[in-house]
Amino acid sequence: MLPTGLKRVALHGVQWLDDRTGVMWVLRHSMFHRVPISAKWWYVFGSATMMFFTVQVVSGIVLAMFYAPSAAQAYDSLVYINEQVPCGWMLRAIHGWSSNAMCYMMLLHLAQVFLHGTYKYPRELTWLFGVGLCILTLGLAFTGQIMRWDADAYWGLGIGAAIVDRMPMVGNQMRAIMLGGTEISGATLSRFFALHVFILPGTTVALIGLHLYSVLRKGISEMPKAGEVVDPATYTKGYEARVHKTGVPFYPDAARRDMVFCGAALIALVGVAAWFGPMGPGGLPDPTIIEASPRPDGLFLWIFAALALLPPGSETFLLLVGPPVGIALLAALPFISPRGERAPSRRPLSVLIFCTIVTGIGVLTWLGVASPWSPVMNAWTSTPIAPAFVVGRTPLELQGALEFQFAQCRNCHAIGGTGGMRGPDLTDVATRLSWDQLVRQIQQGGGNMPAYGKTLSSVETHALAAFLSTLDGGSLRAAIPGAMESQQQIDAAPTPVDSSTTSDAR
Amino acid sequence: MSECELPPQTNDAPASSENRRGFLFAAGTTLMAIGGVLVAAPIIGAAVAPGVLPEKDQWISLGAATNWVAATTVLIKFRNPGGAPDDGITRENACYVRCIEAGKFQVFAVNCAHLGCPVEWFSQSRLFMCPCHGGVYYEDGSRASGPPPRGLFEFEWRIREGQLEIHSGRLPGLQEGT
Repeated sequence: MLPTGLKRVALHGVQWLDDRTGVMWVLRHSMFHRVPISAKWWYVFGSATMMFFTVQVVSGIVLAMFYAPSAAQAYDSLVYINEQVPCGWMLRAIHGWSSNAMCYMMLLHLAQVFLHGTYKYPRELTWLFGVGLCILTLGLAFTGQIMRWDADAYWGLGIGAAIVDRMPMVGNQMRAIMLGGTEISGATLSRFFALHVFILPGTTVALIGLHLYSVLRKGISEMPKAGEVVDPATYTKGYEARVHKTGVPFYPDAARRDMVFCGAALIALVGVAAWFGPMGPGGLPDPTIIEASPRPDGLFLWIFAALALLPPGSETFLLLVGPPVGIALLAALPFISPRGERAPSRRPLSVLIFCTIVTGIGVLTWLGVASPWSPVMNAWTSTPIAPAFVVGRTPLELQGALEFQFAQCRNCHAIGGTGGMRGPDLTDVATRLSWDQLVRQIQQGGGNMPAYGKTLSSVETHALAAFLSTLDGGSLRAAIPGAMESQQQIDAAPTPVDSSTTSDAR
Repeated sequence: MSECELPPQTNDAPASSENRRGFLFAAGTTLMAIGGVLVAAPIIGAAVAPGVLPEKDQWISLGAATNWVAATTVLIKFRNPGGAPDDGITRENACYVRCIEAGKFQVFAVNCAHLGCPVEWFSQSRLFMCPCHGGVYYEDGSRASGPPPRGLFEFEWRIREGQLEIHSGRLPGLQEGT
């Protein structure tokens, strides 16, 4: 217990502070504002997003004390932070994983608001500011990946530049403004540094302020109930009456759940950061090291996958028009659907749209991890054909197996489950293609395969086809009618002699 | 009076005072606008200058024109012209030089025409392959398969004073028309 004199001094101090700042009024309308009693665990994701943003700001400020935002030094400074700065390794790990956590909490918050129809009247502006924060958060994540200034960052910028360059009329100019010049260089890192530490965080703070002000002004929505429809004519009056009657102060009643969730999330963050460590830096950002296989961070893998799967003819259109249209639709949502039911059970279309988007992004992310469309660039030297597929073969067929490796067929085709996945697995190709079809496919390509007619001599093609015709999956050698006859006819014929040279490397 | 209402205007001020207030308001607005434009011009100018200023393309040498073996394609490293001191290793660059025959070349950018990833040359199959989305090109740079909308980007080249030179200094892109 404080002595009476000290109490009086403390009270006087608080009164003085309130008189000069109006802090009590601010607290009464923010920390102690009344919220619906039904606002429980579903409502913690927004607070967690803001908490992780705070972690980002604080850890980012300390990182900026060591990070050198110069293309010549950035990579080395990251290695220095990882290996020399006390706690630097953990600092980078927390910053990186907190970025992921912030993005996922934001997406959960977005999903909850969408599914509960919280964006409807009268919270249109709250939603709009939230959409802005969503874009900014993804922007912070992307520019953060650039800060790593490694091979993924360099080539990721190249992909970004290639997309911007596709803009009609102004593509070149926009790309130059984005890169700070005509090449990826020190000026590019400087621009993205300014974006990552000044422009995007500053705008995010401003939008968080507006978002929170909107939340305070129009209140936190109640949990949706089937049959309780939003009618702009009566909603506000009814909401205020219910909150006045049954609501509870945000602090401490509702804040307890936020504190429990945020505390647990913070501990989980430290655990994940300590277990997995900092993200990169990976390979050097050296444009002359072309043996790179750039991949974006997990959050953007679905876009990477979509870029591989979009129809080439409409790719540019979809790349340039898709994002603005998607954002515009998201922003327009409360104006498209301002009233009516909020309960997911009464909004099947919204639930269907949500499930479609989540499934689509999930599948694309999964595909992005496997990247089956990417050749395995070193498979021809690192993944030999298993002995089971060469035992008992004739010399010609063995020569074909060598051609299969040396002509990099292996990079795109698996045999026995190993090798690239860009083309079909050839373990049982002889059951699908006849001799003639094999030769034609090798020479003319097609079906997304290059034509090897100019690359392989007829002798090499013959050997390769001979090897492939032995790949019958174990016991299905004669599955293609006429296949063996064609092969035997060709084997019996004089071996064609090609006077042209083969690959210059041999 | 509600919080949103403005205080009532007093209309008992003399006309000269009204005129003075109006003049001051107009002058203030004008001066702020002029000052704002003057301050904003260099700020915005510096930010967008790379997009509007003339380019710094230059001819750079890749070595003697007689250095190349016919019917080969090799990866050559060079330095971007006009770089800044803090570019570090990003000032380095690379291209593929295909010597068709003596004095006849094709010089390809390493960037895939799809989305700019680095393509790798395989001399055995005479193909360029991209590790990102599976674009493949023939040795003459033409598209073989995959998502690229066109063949590999080519640098302009010339032989001057016995040197093979390329016109460089720009990241290739679909708008470049190379």
